[in-house]
Amino acid sequence: MNYFKQDLASLHADLVAKKLSAKELTQATFDNIKATDPKIDAFLALNEDAALDQAAKVDAAGIKEDQSLAGIPVAIKDNIVTKDLTTTAASKILTNFNPLYDATVTTKLADAQMITVGKTNMDEFAMGGSTETSAFKQTKNAWDQAKVPGGSSGGSAAAVASGQVVAALGTDTGGSIRQPAAFNGVVGMKPTYGRVSRWGLIAFGSSLDQIGPLTRGVKDNATILSAISGHDEHDLTSSTQAVPDFAKDLNDATSVKGLRIGLPKEFLAEGVDEDVKNAILAAADTYRKLGATVDEVSLPHNKYGVAAYYIIASSEASSNLQRFDGIRYGYRAQDVKNLEDVYVKSRSEGFGDEVKRRIMLGTFSLSAGFYDAYFLKAARVRTVIINDFKAVLKDHDFIMGPVAPTPAFDLGAEIKDPITMYMNDILTIPVNLAGLPGLSLPAGFSNNLPVGMQLIGRPFDESTLYKAGYAFEQSTDFHLQVPTLGGQN
Amino acid sequence: MANRINRDQVQHVAGLAKLEFTDAQLDAFTPQLDDIIGLFETLSEVDTDGVEATNNVSDQLNVMREDVADNWGQSQALLKNAPDAARGFIKVPAIIDESEDN
Repeated sequence: MNYFKQDLASLHADLVAKKLSAKELTQATFDNIKATDPKIDAFLALNEDAALDQAAKVDAAGIKEDQSLAGIPVAIKDNIVTKDLTTTAASKILTNFNPLYDATVTTKLADAQMITVGKTNMDEFAMGGSTETSAFKQTKNAWDQAKVPGGSSGGSAAAVASGQVVAALGTDTGGSIRQPAAFNGVVGMKPTYGRVSRWGLIAFGSSLDQIGPLTRGVKDNATILSAISGHDEHDLTSSTQAVPDFAKDLNDATSVKGLRIGLPKEFLAEGVDEDVKNAILAAADTYRKLGATVDEVSLPHNKYGVAAYYIIASSEASSNLQRFDGIRYGYRAQDVKNLEDVYVKSRSEGFGDEVKRRIMLGTFSLSAGFYDAYFLKAARVRTVIINDFKAVLKDHDFIMGPVAPTPAFDLGAEIKDPITMYMNDILTIPVNLAGLPGLSLPAGFSNNLPVGMQLIGRPFDESTLYKAGYAFEQSTDFHLQVPTLGGQN
Repeated sequence: MANRINRDQVQHVAGLAKLEFTDAQLDAFTPQLDDIIGLFETLSEVDTDGVEATNNVSDQLNVMREDVADNWGQSQALLKNAPDAARGFIKVPAIIDESEDN
């Protein structure tokens, strides 16, 4: 079966009515993955036996109407730990690592009786924007296999877009959910910092990282975000704010009438592809027709986001990745003479080039004599960027703009040029620096490749973004278009 | 070209980060890092006089809890992930380089 015509609500209705069993749905998911993954390469590990067992248990217990996610298969990005299911963060240094515990998000999904079908490919330790820095395989874009799927959650985005699975979790430190969602024509949410517990997420930039869902539609995304959100005593940065039922108000009456939307002029500036720009201007018109106002606004320090981010994220990464030393778990170099050799050779052989580049940049930025000029300066610029957002969001309900300056680019085109790759994140990074929620959803096409739109909201106001995304989805058909993989659709 | 960071400094930072690079890798990395540090230096255009640094955007501050020891009972399972283990301990090479011990 393919689920391109079904959303979570309709699958749930079929499961409750016993038109479909969780086991059949899970088996169909593995069939889809096996049929298409030779082309897409989205998965690093499959969880077939355990998933089918779990689905059978869910069927045996029966699925009630209020268990909206029970029996629904889900894919998990490989930097989120899953008990007894190999978790590598796409790094050689974690080859064959088997976690002893589940991340809070995977525990919550299991409590909701979702079925984990496997682990998706990503840039190594989530460092990259094309999934090309994975140590293990190259995931392809669901729409054109000569293009990158985006990154770092490229496996999760391509798996959902190609119809392998109805939902996936990704992580977003500088755009890693939103940009691959845009490149593959699916919906991705980077929640407010603190909305979702990071316990069990292999840390990259701890003050920036958030876990969020990737789905085909806005309402499905909202349903899953409600399930994974909430305070967690294991992550003391997780918020005690109440978690709304985000999907509850998404229906025919959902409206953006009277809302004020800011469209920053910097988001449509030089370097943004013409088709991308036109898709966003058309989306602004759609919102006007739906009764919202769209004003041109300014985020004057947006262009400094990339530099501030690569200092802060790399500094945090250089600290977080010190734990990979070849002693307690993961890869250990052979032919070592002493303990220092274990550290240096295990790390030098175990990490890929992009990870080493970030560790070096972070170590440099934090080192004696450079801390004030680099790390501290970046932390101050971060405040300036936050203040830009505060000023706009004071009298606008949300901000709209593109997700990335271009649609998906060719495989191999940018991987050798770090600065070009880093500049791709110019529209997503500031949102992480400010800790705001950002929703990416399909808003057009350019030469048969999806173009994404980004909605940025006030802290903990994911509800407004979902409503605005849902209203847009109801008046457009971009989200209904699906890629053709070998004619199977 | 390499005017912000040179090869020796890259090697120094690599030492701090417990990484090592071959000559060919240093040749490739040094100009790349130099370019990226050049990008970092554009931040000097932003006036941050009197601006506080932001290190965290969490809305939770200084959450305290009791320090309670908990026995997870998983020491054997933990050792399965260790590259080398024996008799309930993780094995590592000698801390002192034996080749120098003469």
